[in-house]
Amino acid sequence: MILSIASGKGGTGKTTVAVNMAISLENIQLLDCDVEEPNAHLLLHPKVTETKPVYVQIPVVEEKKCDYCGECAKFCKFNAIFVTNQRIMFFPELCSSCGGCAIVCSRNAINKKKRKIGTTKRGSVKRVKLVYGELNVGEPMATPVIKAVKKQMQPPKEGDIIIDSPPGTSCPVIEAVHGSDYTILVTEPTPFGLYDLKIAVEVLSKLKIPFGVVVNRAGIGDKKVHTFCREKAISILLEIPYERNIAELYSVGKPFVLEMPEWKEKFRGLLDKIKESLQV
Amino acid sequence: MEGEVPWASRQDKGELAGLKEITILSGKGGTGKTTITASFAALARNSVTVDCDVDAPDLHILLHPTIIKTQEFEGPKLAEIDPEKCVECSLCQEACRFGAIADFQIDPILCEGCGTCVVICPEDAVTLKERVSGEAFISKTKYGLLSHALLSPGGANSGKLVTLARQNAKEAAEKGQCDLILIDGPPGIGCPVIASVTGVDMGVIVTEPTVSGIHDMKRVLQLLAHFNVQPLVCINKYDLNQRNTKKIEQFCSRQKIGVIGRVPFDSMVTKAMVSETPVVEYSSESGVSLEISEMWKDILSRIRRIQ
Repeated sequence: MILSIASGKGGTGKTTVAVNMAISLENIQLLDCDVEEPNAHLLLHPKVTETKPVYVQIPVVEEKKCDYCGECAKFCKFNAIFVTNQRIMFFPELCSSCGGCAIVCSRNAINKKKRKIGTTKRGSVKRVKLVYGELNVGEPMATPVIKAVKKQMQPPKEGDIIIDSPPGTSCPVIEAVHGSDYTILVTEPTPFGLYDLKIAVEVLSKLKIPFGVVVNRAGIGDKKVHTFCREKAISILLEIPYERNIAELYSVGKPFVLEMPEWKEKFRGLLDKIKESLQV
Repeated sequence: MEGEVPWASRQDKGELAGLKEITILSGKGGTGKTTITASFAALARNSVTVDCDVDAPDLHILLHPTIIKTQEFEGPKLAEIDPEKCVECSLCQEACRFGAIADFQIDPILCEGCGTCVVICPEDAVTLKERVSGEAFISKTKYGLLSHALLSPGGANSGKLVTLARQNAKEAAEKGQCDLILIDGPPGIGCPVIASVTGVDMGVIVTEPTVSGIHDMKRVLQLLAHFNVQPLVCINKYDLNQRNTKKIEQFCSRQKIGVIGRVPFDSMVTKAMVSETPVVEYSSESGVSLEISEMWKDILSRIRRIQ
């Protein structure tokens, strides 16, 4: 199955859940789709065996053919092309690679070329296969890199797939969780955690992906996340208590299940619970 | 340290040389951006605060805004196929780079409103329609004005909404003769973050002494360098791992980046959040609050030196 791990708020523990779950389950493909700030590899320390560039297609204008009619600029909804009397300017970071400008050009003056915006890396450690992406610093669009990471997914029969999503609720998150069989929403029991959980719940309902909640740092804050979940009949799949030990292990880049092996059973139980709920 | 940096020029009069913008950011989520921004907003005099985390805005929880102006945000348009005109030739489906057309229907979540389907359709069956992708607000709070926004769930183009929130803040600041804009940035380094830092005078990175915190801080520092924004670093929960705190300090010292504060870990910070109050107000004499106040003074003295 394809299981994504998301949250509205950043820093609630998505990567912690993804990595510890992957280690506990074994034979797992972990896709780190937080390509703006990928962190799973910092906890897993995989041996990277393959690095691939991620390209997007951008237009390139043959100025000899161009008559500066401005149709392409008029078409472009992203303001990536600007045409004056005798000049055409192109802003590659704004281009969404839709390809429409080449279609509207009556003189066939627009061709395509590739532009590198990031990298994907593949590696493994024990029985966890990891693919992660890195968006180049200064590039605004994360989605093509997320797509490239997901493209490296092998069929689920090669091992269940865990997708570590970026925080938030906008396009990169949609791209990351799209196609998942189930999404785990990680939250913390605080007012920020609750507010952002509510937004994330709306997004997943809209996407029609079944979901459940993992409460991280349980014991801090208040009980309102629990009340909300109870009222909305959202199942709380697991609670990870706030413990200084867990926070310290995270700070040095060590997945806590390695020091607290009793948690492996809980993460395995978490997946069983999800699989069970999907069969109903 | 003083006087070494190229952007420093002595002009210590207490007034700012024109409107200044400071963005609080972090790369990694959950390091304490909003907690610290809310406290800065409470400490600042004559500032406008902006919440640029339009996906998951939380600043309002601490600042209790009363909305005085609401504005609809028109995001990317949405393609629409007229089933009467559509001859099911599939040209639009093949041309769509976003995979947003299937069975001659548009998936509103995947559609980016580029319009390629419109120009490729031989039957003029596809049109682009306006769509509302969020809302922007100007609000009153007891600490001054707040410009905030909320992207519709799954909405596209958060960068543009961030730009709108910043524009609204600028207008409000000019009208109210405020000389400082405080921006709470989103996590990450992509489109909305870029929209939150372009053209600002200073970027304050809130990091934490974890392997991820350090990794993500370095990427944000590169981003600030890329956009030519003066960086400063604040280490939150510094005592969680003193060795990593040392590493951050050494790294910043090598790169000549000012570390303006080390905020201790204190469970009182969560209590302040639960009581929905900026921490400097909730517990003004705590170590956390004293450190944040010191940082704020430091930031002000540095920003005064920027012309």
